[in-house]
Amino acid sequence: MRDVAVIGVGCTTFGEKWDTSFRDLFVEAGALALEDAGVSGEQIGAMYVGNMSAGRFIEQEHIGALIADYAGLASTHIPSTRVEAACASGGLSFRQAFISVASGLEDIVVAAGVEKMTDVASGASVDALAGAADREWEGFVGATFPGLYAMIAHEYMSRYPLTREQLAQVAVKNHYNGARNPIAQFQQEISLETVLKSTLVADPLRLFDCSPITDGAAAVVLAPLEVARKFTDTPVRVLASAQASDTIALHDRRDISTLDATVAAGKRAFAMAGITPKEIDLVEVHDCFTIAEICAIEDLGFCRKGEAGRLTEEGVTALDGDLPVNTSGGLKACGHPVGATGIKQVCEVVMQLRGQAGKRQVDGARIGMTHNVGGTGATVAVHILGV
Amino acid sequence: MSSVARFWRKIPQRYNLIGTRCTTCGRYFFPPRSFCPDCRRAGKIVSYKFPGTGSVVTYTIIRTASEQFEQMTPYALAIVKLDEGPLFTAQLVCSPEEARIGMRVRPVFRRISADGESGVIHYGTKYVPED
Repeated sequence: MRDVAVIGVGCTTFGEKWDTSFRDLFVEAGALALEDAGVSGEQIGAMYVGNMSAGRFIEQEHIGALIADYAGLASTHIPSTRVEAACASGGLSFRQAFISVASGLEDIVVAAGVEKMTDVASGASVDALAGAADREWEGFVGATFPGLYAMIAHEYMSRYPLTREQLAQVAVKNHYNGARNPIAQFQQEISLETVLKSTLVADPLRLFDCSPITDGAAAVVLAPLEVARKFTDTPVRVLASAQASDTIALHDRRDISTLDATVAAGKRAFAMAGITPKEIDLVEVHDCFTIAEICAIEDLGFCRKGEAGRLTEEGVTALDGDLPVNTSGGLKACGHPVGATGIKQVCEVVMQLRGQAGKRQVDGARIGMTHNVGGTGATVAVHILGV
Repeated sequence: MSSVARFWRKIPQRYNLIGTRCTTCGRYFFPPRSFCPDCRRAGKIVSYKFPGTGSVVTYTIIRTASEQFEQMTPYALAIVKLDEGPLFTAQLVCSPEEARIGMRVRPVFRRISADGESGVIHYGTKYVPED
């Protein structure tokens, strides 16, 4: 297996982009990534694109070919493949691109992610997202995505010491970071009170515990490490790529408030990189809901079960803490265009490791991690990157 | 809108809590499985009708729902642990204040949703607090 590096990243701004189409989004992100990498279209050997539900959101399938076409690569007949694992589609797209380069089959590969979510009404998008869980035995009886994570939160809070204020602090912290990220959907800080007084969506989760509906796209360019320096002075090495699965339905899990797929993918990633959690300088975790960030910090092994709330309250996960979590603003403040999120996480970590993260820069960051979850934990992708 | 067949084929399971059981290891399944995750090909799966009583493992009150359930908000949704062991997701028929973890519940036959104004009405099992 060859060592692989990220040589270019590109991301659109995230938000409700009424004047931007699905095609506009991925063309913009792809062009930014190629520009950053100094790569031309003809040099690309393959493309992978993470996309959850273009069929439901814009009534368009066959996304791999569509993207190659509108990226101007139809005449090169490039292999272009859509990857789907609900909200983990982006993370899996990155992993497929990594495998493709690591195996030696391809040299320059693009991993992208895109979701256009605001072309349907919000009820329809809630319903499309519910398809990430078990449609037959969860969605059928009226389970929504916030509802499933709310049940995780209730179960968690019945077993571990987590206060409503500590949960809210996750959103406050991520908005603080989002306010320092020029691509974020919400670039304003919020107070604890804003979260605690926001409308209930699914008890105990309130509106400000939830990631938003977002349009956006992100793309990265991968190359063998041995040639990466021909393209960039700052290649970022992929130290580990791991993926794990679990039961599709939340009710079938071994433990309702532990994401065993996160535990498994995390362990595999640390083993592959040959490092421990202590060596991670920053991590982008999948905070689709505030409770998800709490579970992720614990399940990845950064602390014991039941401790993440206190660590959040104490500022350990803040931008200037010992373990900055979601410097991009996370899904909560940066936004969550589902198929693009896993790639955006990689973009953020790469920019941090290159020292290009501006006002949210973590000083001296050398090793970063991404954690991308599909559904309520049925698929998890974890990557470790380093310079 | 789903086809009628998609709902119709699950009527025994949804109306009467017909699940399955692996006679090799004794594990019960609801929602039903036709392949035992513990015994896999060595498993022998038979049909099993659950009496349906159990207790609430966790719950939430859904206040923002998908289109099909918008009219019903707020409603309580729970993960129920059946007395035989399996866990599954169902609505609770009780006030939001009444729902709590550990509550004993029993099944009732109820309307779950309707597929638009002219589509199929979906029935199934909800749960009420045990007397």
